[in-house]
Amino acid sequence: MRGVCAGMAASAALALVPSLRIAARDPRSESEALAGMAAWAGQFTPRVAIEPPATLLLEISGSLKLFRGLEALAGALRWGAAEMGYGTLIAAAPTPRAASWLAAAGHEKLVTDPAQIEAALAALPVSVLVCAKDELETLEGIGVATLGELRTLPRDGVARRFRRTLLDDLDRALGLVPDPRAFYAPPERFRAAIELPAEVSEAEALLFAARRLVVQLAGFLAARGSGVQRFALALAHRDREATRVEIGLSAAARDAERFTMLLRERLSALQLREPVRAVALEADDVTSLPGEEPELVFEKGRPPGQWQHLVERLRARLGAGAVHGVAVRAEHRPERACVLADPGAEQMHAYFGERPFWLLRHPKRLQEIGGVPHHEGPLELLAGPERIESGWWDGDDASRDYFVARASSEALVWIYRDRRGDGGWHLHGVFA
Amino acid sequence: MESVALAHPVALADVLDRPDIWRGDALSCAAVRAVASGFPALDAELPGGGWPTGALTEILPAHEGIGELRLLGPALARVREPLAWIAPPHLPYAPALAAAGIDPTKLVIVRAASEKDALWAAEQALRSNACGAVLVWPRRARYAELRRLQVAAEGARALGFVFRPREAARESSPAPLRVAVETDRGGLALRLLKRRGGPLASPILLAPMPPAARHRQSHVDRPSLPAPAARDLPARLAHA
Repeated sequence: MRGVCAGMAASAALALVPSLRIAARDPRSESEALAGMAAWAGQFTPRVAIEPPATLLLEISGSLKLFRGLEALAGALRWGAAEMGYGTLIAAAPTPRAASWLAAAGHEKLVTDPAQIEAALAALPVSVLVCAKDELETLEGIGVATLGELRTLPRDGVARRFRRTLLDDLDRALGLVPDPRAFYAPPERFRAAIELPAEVSEAEALLFAARRLVVQLAGFLAARGSGVQRFALALAHRDREATRVEIGLSAAARDAERFTMLLRERLSALQLREPVRAVALEADDVTSLPGEEPELVFEKGRPPGQWQHLVERLRARLGAGAVHGVAVRAEHRPERACVLADPGAEQMHAYFGERPFWLLRHPKRLQEIGGVPHHEGPLELLAGPERIESGWWDGDDASRDYFVARASSEALVWIYRDRRGDGGWHLHGVFA
Repeated sequence: MESVALAHPVALADVLDRPDIWRGDALSCAAVRAVASGFPALDAELPGGGWPTGALTEILPAHEGIGELRLLGPALARVREPLAWIAPPHLPYAPALAAAGIDPTKLVIVRAASEKDALWAAEQALRSNACGAVLVWPRRARYAELRRLQVAAEGARALGFVFRPREAARESSPAPLRVAVETDRGGLALRLLKRRGGPLASPILLAPMPPAARHRQSHVDRPSLPAPAARDLPARLAHA
């Protein structure tokens, strides 16, 4: 035989293809990945069974109507698995064993009629049923290569020469004997990880791996009819502690596109100090979220967006503290009458005197020349004083006389004279 | 030269009424949805009768604090959707906004660490079509960056206001409406540097707005007080 084939020594393979990349097989992560896929597949049907090493069985008779038919369902499974980075062989049959054998043999048939099972199975090679080497040699010796030929042999003869359960398995596949399965129950919290094939130093390249995990999370949430309001991406380094990227949403959701978009914004702003070897996604607070309504179609113009989504998006890139709203408080001291709050926070209703549109974060000390406060020239007082005295109870006692003043540039400013302390003039606001 | 007599005299007014003749002093009113500014003298000169939606409007005040925000106050009070204020120079003071009729719950204020972030946030706010108005204070916006904002604004229903220093009036800009704001005898003089339709020769004068209106001491009709008395601060304070 030419070329690299299974069973060859590694050195022989490398001699044939020097650029061959050899990876050790990790059965534990394979079974974890299979369990993750089973949780994801739960969005198509609640009855998912795992058949190690690499098979998932989905009982879909109840799901056909919702997913518009068997072909559409198979297509959705194939596409979703591809999004997560897996290739699949999909087959359907009235019995689980027959479906499993059809897929394992690479026959991607969708058999719906029980009467057709025999014909479909007839072409399969005996290796799907018989695994022991000596039994395979026996069958090869008598010229039986397919299941159809095996069925033509007398039953008692087969029962005597091969393992006892062989005929039972065949009967189960044909639907003559029941074949119950234990169904997979997904965990309460979501945990999934991908080990990267090579160390990655740019945050944006991580999005590709992160997207696979996001798709798996979305499937997991859809299967449970739930959503998350918070999830975290953990980037594992070789020496340092893992970097955590936490994403928060304004409300629980399970939309893979939205999660990906928020991750993209956050990752593009992230500075990585060390290369990343593995990416993990965690979501703990899984809350119930009933189904979402389909989007209405608008005839022209863009549909109105949601400002909460905009705030999320801005926060994802600029930081949570960069986006805020303001709220009015019933306070005499002007710097306390307006506080930072979440956008859309509840307001108090209060009445104030003349107030400027801009308030300086810190009042600016003004120079006093000849008894007149100066800010880019002498200030002319137009109105006032409004005396504000307040706050003796919390230690931030303020006693000020506020004036509206006009600068030489004709701008209107809000200044005060501090009656406590040194009686100096300060600029507190601008009537923009 | 011989005079030529028409066979059938035609009235000039009929000729001008023809649809295939455009008069140079006609403003463009093609499908521009606008929000009334609250100042009739200004609305009369703006295409669409107000501040345009789905487009950028540049405001170039001569100095901070002469009334550039009070100018927008009535229009912003009319907007029902959230207002995005991006990289404002100071904190928008909620009590003042409430007094102007703008609901403070509608404000979304974005603090940007860099110019790039500010422009990005403005583009996102415009493109999301979730805001009724987007106000942005870039420090130094170039033509290409403003063009991106203009493209993002098109098709959205938001008012877009970009505040730039007066020196930027010399540069070209993709914004369809540019308004330079100066003071004039206590009130405002608006020069429309650019608008859809013909240019405007003389500035629009607006009466002084509060608080200047309430405490008006215009240079023209101020009573001739002796100068020391007007500046006699301690005396005024003593009577306070």
